[in-house]
Amino acid sequence: MEEIYDIYSRMEKNNILLSFKGDITSDLLTSILQIMESKMDSMNEEPKLKKKVYNVLVECLQNLYHHMEEYDNEFDQNNRSAIFMIGKKKEEIGYEIYTGNYILNENIKSVKERLDKVNSLSKDQLKEYYLSVLNNGEISEKGGGGLGMIEIARKSGEKINYNFLQINNKISFFTLQINVTLSKKVV
Amino acid sequence: MSNVIKIEATSKTPMVHFDPSTGSLEIKGRSIPENSVEFYKPLMDALDKYAQSPKAETIVKVQLEYFNTSSSKCILDFFKKLESMNNKGTKVTVNWYYEEDDEDMQEAGEDYQTIINLPFQMHVVKE
Repeated sequence: MEEIYDIYSRMEKNNILLSFKGDITSDLLTSILQIMESKMDSMNEEPKLKKKVYNVLVECLQNLYHHMEEYDNEFDQNNRSAIFMIGKKKEEIGYEIYTGNYILNENIKSVKERLDKVNSLSKDQLKEYYLSVLNNGEISEKGGGGLGMIEIARKSGEKINYNFLQINNKISFFTLQINVTLSKKVV
Repeated sequence: MSNVIKIEATSKTPMVHFDPSTGSLEIKGRSIPENSVEFYKPLMDALDKYAQSPKAETIVKVQLEYFNTSSSKCILDFFKKLESMNNKGTKVTVNWYYEEDDEDMQEAGEDYQTIINLPFQMHVVKE
């Protein structure tokens, strides 16, 4: 039973407002968005920040949703779940969003390259990159065809933190941490 | 026979109203479905049909609160369709509405304007 307190205190320490572990379905996505929207309303969050957080949430959750689908046939039931958490920052006005999901080891390289590319670009370069992918990229059945990460980086205004934890020779656990703040420091 | 498209808004999809008999088309609300291609297909199909004998003027109103990246592709394809029918029996005007303090939505409208060769009119909606 002490484990429960352990989980609770760790979440409390990180100011977690909402967390979920399991299969990300379309209905769940709708619910999470509704809960977060009303939470931010009740906290009287600035409309600008609310919109940015909402946009990043949509892209993060839909990333999880689509990628779990992709691996549906690859993994057993256990591995079909993902984790999602959102916490409110203590020192600044803003939020931290965490996601974690399984990824095939063979796909790590391309995901990492995409993240590194997005992280290396300035605000103006991100906009340019977004427009070129929007205008020239192939439209995929699943979604924006690579636009999601660019959009997350644009709305966040900060570098996206990521990690790949190898589980075995087939899969790894892929985590993302995204900051969304109003007063982003200009480097 | 009327080919009017009237889709009510949901928490993830916008209201869509297209009346080919008047050439007026409106999209309003949130566009964040998981499968945007599927959502926009009826509208795209109706536009293909409309392009065969359009009205002299086609007035498009787009007022979005949020859209996801998969919708952004569909919206671009939608504008490209309008672009291809412009000056071929119809004059297309796009009206892009955004809320006063929503710089991101204003920028999104301006972004489409740079890609698409159509007359865009930007409108500020006061809250």
